[in-house]
Amino acid sequence: MKLFAFFFLTIVGALPILAAPALAPASAKVDFNRDIRPILSENCFACHGPDAKQVKGGLRLDQRDSVLKPAKSGKTAIVPKQPAKSELVRRIFTTDTDDLMPPPESHKKLTAAQRDLFKRWIAEGAEYQTHWAYLPPVKTAVPAGQNGVDLLVRARLKEIGLKSSPEADRRTLVRRIYFDLLGLPPKPEEVEAFASDTSPAAFAKLVERLLASPHYGERMAIGWLDVVRFADTIGYHSDTPRNVHPYRDYVIRAFNENKRFDQFTREQLAGDLLPNATLETRVGSAFNRLLLTTEEGGAQAKDYEARYLTDRVRAVGAVWLAQTIGCAQCHDHKFDPTTARDFYSMGAFFADIKEPIVGRREDGIIVPSEKDNVELARLDGETARLQKTFDAPQPQIAGAFAKWQESALAALQNEANWKPLAPATVASTGGAKLAIQPDRSVLASGKSSDKDTYTLAFTNVTSGVTGLRLEALPDPSLPASGPGRAPNGNFVLTEIVATVKRAEQKAEPVKFAGARATFEQTTPADGNPSKKWSAASAIDGDVKGAAFGWAVLPEVGKAQQLILELAAPLTLAAGDTLTIELKQNHGNKSHTLGRFRLAATADAAAARTITPAAPPADLAGILKIAPEKRTDAQQEKLSAHHKNLGPELAALRQQLAAAKKARTDFETKLPRCIVSESLPAPRTVRILARGNWMDDSGAVIQPALPGHLAVGVKIADRRLNRLDLAEWILARENPLTARVFVNRLWKQFFGTGLSKVLDDLGAQGEPPPNAALLDWLACEFRDSGWDVKHLVRIIVTSQTYRQTSTASRELLVRDPDNREHARQSRWRLDAELVRDNALTISGLLVATIGGPSVKPYQPDGYWENLNFPVRSYPASTGEDQHRRGLYTWWQRSFVHPSMLAFDAPTREECAADRARSNIPQQALVLLNDPTYVESARAFASRIVKEGGADANARLAWAWKQALGRAPRADELVPVRALFDKHLAQYKADTKAAEAFLKVGIAPLPPATDPAELAAWTSVARILLNLHETITRS
Amino acid sequence: MNLHSELLQFRQQQQTRRLFLGRTAQGMGAFALASLLNPALHAAPQKPAAKDKWPGVVRPLHFPAKTKRVIWLSMAGGPSHLETWDHKPKLAAMHGQPMPESFTKGKQIAQLQGAKLNCFGPQLGFKKFGKGGAEICDLFEQIGSVSDDICFVRSMTTEAINHDPAHMFMNTGSQIAGRPSMGSWLTYGLGNEAEDLPGFVVLTSLGKGGQNQPIAARQWSAGFLPSRFQGVHLRGKGDPVMYLGSPEGVSREQQGDVVAAVNALNKKHDALVDDPEIATRIAQYEMAFQMQASVPELVDASKEPQKILELYGCKPGDGSFASNCLLARRLVERGVRFIQLYHKDWDHHGGVKDGVTLKAAEIDRACMALITDLKQRDMLKDTLIVWAGEFGRTPMSQGGSGRDHHNAGFSIWLAGGGIKGGISYGATDELGYSAVENPTNVHDLHATMLQLLGIDHTRLSVKFQGLDARLTGVEGAKVLKSILA
Repeated sequence: MKLFAFFFLTIVGALPILAAPALAPASAKVDFNRDIRPILSENCFACHGPDAKQVKGGLRLDQRDSVLKPAKSGKTAIVPKQPAKSELVRRIFTTDTDDLMPPPESHKKLTAAQRDLFKRWIAEGAEYQTHWAYLPPVKTAVPAGQNGVDLLVRARLKEIGLKSSPEADRRTLVRRIYFDLLGLPPKPEEVEAFASDTSPAAFAKLVERLLASPHYGERMAIGWLDVVRFADTIGYHSDTPRNVHPYRDYVIRAFNENKRFDQFTREQLAGDLLPNATLETRVGSAFNRLLLTTEEGGAQAKDYEARYLTDRVRAVGAVWLAQTIGCAQCHDHKFDPTTARDFYSMGAFFADIKEPIVGRREDGIIVPSEKDNVELARLDGETARLQKTFDAPQPQIAGAFAKWQESALAALQNEANWKPLAPATVASTGGAKLAIQPDRSVLASGKSSDKDTYTLAFTNVTSGVTGLRLEALPDPSLPASGPGRAPNGNFVLTEIVATVKRAEQKAEPVKFAGARATFEQTTPADGNPSKKWSAASAIDGDVKGAAFGWAVLPEVGKAQQLILELAAPLTLAAGDTLTIELKQNHGNKSHTLGRFRLAATADAAAARTITPAAPPADLAGILKIAPEKRTDAQQEKLSAHHKNLGPELAALRQQLAAAKKARTDFETKLPRCIVSESLPAPRTVRILARGNWMDDSGAVIQPALPGHLAVGVKIADRRLNRLDLAEWILARENPLTARVFVNRLWKQFFGTGLSKVLDDLGAQGEPPPNAALLDWLACEFRDSGWDVKHLVRIIVTSQTYRQTSTASRELLVRDPDNREHARQSRWRLDAELVRDNALTISGLLVATIGGPSVKPYQPDGYWENLNFPVRSYPASTGEDQHRRGLYTWWQRSFVHPSMLAFDAPTREECAADRARSNIPQQALVLLNDPTYVESARAFASRIVKEGGADANARLAWAWKQALGRAPRADELVPVRALFDKHLAQYKADTKAAEAFLKVGIAPLPPATDPAELAAWTSVARILLNLHETITRS
Repeated sequence: MNLHSELLQFRQQQQTRRLFLGRTAQGMGAFALASLLNPALHAAPQKPAAKDKWPGVVRPLHFPAKTKRVIWLSMAGGPSHLETWDHKPKLAAMHGQPMPESFTKGKQIAQLQGAKLNCFGPQLGFKKFGKGGAEICDLFEQIGSVSDDICFVRSMTTEAINHDPAHMFMNTGSQIAGRPSMGSWLTYGLGNEAEDLPGFVVLTSLGKGGQNQPIAARQWSAGFLPSRFQGVHLRGKGDPVMYLGSPEGVSREQQGDVVAAVNALNKKHDALVDDPEIATRIAQYEMAFQMQASVPELVDASKEPQKILELYGCKPGDGSFASNCLLARRLVERGVRFIQLYHKDWDHHGGVKDGVTLKAAEIDRACMALITDLKQRDMLKDTLIVWAGEFGRTPMSQGGSGRDHHNAGFSIWLAGGGIKGGISYGATDELGYSAVENPTNVHDLHATMLQLLGIDHTRLSVKFQGLDARLTGVEGAKVLKSILA
């Protein structure tokens, strides 16, 4: 600042033509919003502004009432039309440093011109105005057939005495519009076609073609993804991934389909709350989940709850309102009329978002593409077809069904011989939690060890016991429904040991005479000497080893029984204890029992007989009814149960299971997205004094709209929700939303916003030099039905847009930043487009739209400072290596270094604007990043293959590919010389040439001389590094 | 964002200058411009080779500078002050007893939320060192041997209590991402003296204890300042600077050919379109090409005398903290403004005794060596060294052998340029919980550092979201005058 001021004092002072830095029409009346408020806000509001707690001397300079009344000092700041009587004037002109305003310790200083402005303004009556951005935009009438942009730019230019520049040449124009609308360079043939099309409608036709291109949505998405802070990772601490890429594709699609901006807004804030919510709108609502979150151990939920609230309020402020509402977190805003209450009321709109405060984000909803839906439908159809076949009557198994009923009845009768035993105590050596269920079974949960021994003690056992039975039971809480705890539902019972402890005696083993099981696993059982996991091996007296024991794969997911015949009947007296140990020493992947039950019988036959498991109680009831007396429903129920049992339908069952599995497998591979979902009871939101999350004393706050902006808005008589917020953002009464979007869009086409502070249209922002233009565009946007393509079309087809970007000396001096649009601007391409441009020129670009984020080459070890977990970076292979820049994996704490070098934001915070720096790292990227070296060698391959026969023809061809124009003779000299030199060097050192050509995964063309290709790669590197190549002009 | 006003003006000035001076001045660069605008610079002509050199916005300095550059030793993870620099015999006496509630009420707690809070006595011995009688953990004997050059601040506090936000706060004065790191502020404010090196360099090293918390690149981000001010991470493995190495099969000469051709064509293009960005682009390509030679030379410590390697106790290229300290000395010799060394693995939730013992072995000699080496080169007098974690650790036990995160009181130390040695400043209560004597917050520390560099912390600001954003925040900060020499 100081340097600049000094500059104007010393040099500009000597050259009167430059003495008017501000391009204001001469002789105009002082305008409060344009001339006075910015000075007040910058220099005075901190002590005499909207923050009611900070007002010094009882004087608020943001309110006219206040300045006209005597302040605490008794003096009146402003007496309209009488500067000499106005204390304000005295205090800004005084030389007494005790009285001077702003006080010297503030380090603020008014210029002589600013002091004079105050004097003039007071002399003219000291009229106040509402801040420009809070007034409704005014739509200037534009005669039919005229472009509003041109009309209003020219009016302004006339006012300040500047003239428009001529139209850019056609090659420049076509490159410009391609970069601006698609983010890609035109192909040379497209340049030629446009350059030679002399029809007056040629440009408009070109614009229409580009607006219809699917790459338009990609280009438009970049700025939106910045401002909503879209990224692939959570941001804080471990910065782990989250599922969110479908939202990026949603944004691209929305721009391509020209979704109305109002609908786009509603869907993002409240896509889940819309009455007709769809998958599409719900994915849009991922907007509410894009903030920074944490998984750090020791993070306190209340702390982060407060952080998330503030993050979301800042986001709404940045994305739609361009208000720095975030500044009101600890106190009322210093410059704008936003209060701390407004801040927390806005935050309360998001108190319903369901999310873990500290911890891993959920996987999110499944987001199938149209193609995926076709496949899902096919898989569903297949399942349904098999299910239908299975469900249909199966007369061929009528006999088996009848037989089963008999055996089931027998099993029921047999079951009557068994009495389930209730354990007195249960224990696990492996630390599993064993809980006795009402049906006397035992369910394991909690810690799942690879080896475990369960010990059960029984005191109440029937007398004359001849056999014991262990039932292994399925349970929905177990992997694959159990009955084991192994991932496949299996278990291995390596040994079962029973002992009896009688009063005053040593414990005696209970001897078994035999063991039988409903099923014994045979495959795989290769390591098992008996080639099966037999019942007998569970009572063979010792544990022997991991390969011995009873197991049941693949007959998991259902009940299995092990029946143990006792060598002698057993009777327990009162005080005696039967202890049963279930040793499970397989030692691999938790092959332990998940749910089981012990029973005893006194029936000698039952102790020797394996019967099918008795049917469940509800079927038992039906079975006992004579068949002719059963209802159809009862009969059907029995039949359905039977179909799942016998071998007769095994093949069909298997097909059905396979079909179901195929569907599940397909589904697990589908993209997922974290989205908004409402909690039934929103979190409580309080005003936090000074933003302190530990302070619970503040008032509880309900969602509410910012008081000073929502004047005259009808508000529902219930708790407001995010949809209400969206509707207010879009309401006609809201003066900001349309202006904010238009202002950001303008930057895409002219390099700077109409008001240059894109994220702040408040008092500390910049009143737009051409307010009428911003207003007209805002109204036109809104009145067109929030039609984004309409807005883009108006801007880019204007003559203003089509001007040359080469400035005359006069223009450079009068309007160095091109704020008045008497010419076009030029700027270095955005980070993503630098990449897209090189990949297009080289022919490597894979133009696929959407999908999971990809990983371009990245220096090894760049992620070494990430932890929990330690991360590696597997660069994408195949086509994914050559995708457009906007699909690059966005690791917030370590954004891809090439992107970062070219000013891509980290997207930790909303970024309405990007800087355009010019730093040595950019040179290092373009010179040495494998992406650009590979692009150069691929470009070289094209030059050799397609560029013609001799070196000069090839050079000319290459120039057209990279720059869309022919080389000038003087440009060819240094490049040709370099080519000849490098060719000779690489011919002498083919190893170097070969090493050079190995960079990157793109295949080498067959049968090319490595030295020649390497020398052309040097040439290609020059072209890819040129300032002109990476500049839109 | 209107925060690039300085840079925009810088650019405008370049542009306007050219209009006045005609095309002959082209290539003379920004430094020439700055001297044109600033009579003080004009009086002492600089060599025109300083191409796109940023002169800094604080010209002239607000105060005479007592230090020119800073080496900031970031002990990441949160070192226990109770096993390093803050001796608490009373805590030893209370070992195992409940922590009195009067100490902890209303304070932030991290992982110990809801746990029983018991006093946990110092796990390591303490000893007095030097003429100043600094009482520090006896494992830090080497640091003790130079303690008369050191000022221990035993009353630090910070607002954050989790690693990531606490680092952000220590580096940027704010817990919200997107603010400039202090190294960025300094290079923005003061420019850089180094010819072909960035003004803000970051080095990282891992500890052997396995508690290596992640560090995000945002810790050295320029935030809302232009990216030319961001910290450059000099890496221990691979290219020391990202993309520094020329492609395989391309010799230095050939790389030079390409850069020369690019610049020649850019110049021709500039003649047609008259764009000041092109002159900058040309300067950056020259700078990049020179960095390709100067950075490998810089990081190659193998030619350091054996005596020096022994002093630091490192082998060149071993990636250790000691190696980074030696590298830091080589960087300050070349005029780099701000060097930040992260040494990780201080997060001792468990095993604080063994953990700090391991850390002492990793850093003690190196810290001493850095002070000694700078002193023998007469550079300690204008180089500020700061040793600080992002927070401290609880006087209460965590899990019987460790300590939890703690922000109500902890210790740091400063040495060198403008700092009074052999003293301590501030104190925690008798159990080492809260800073009670001269409580010092992060903004105070920043303000003190800026003061030493000749900057009034209230006057180094950039407009961001309407505010005059400062490293030291808006709520005021105090310079620790009594520790200044």
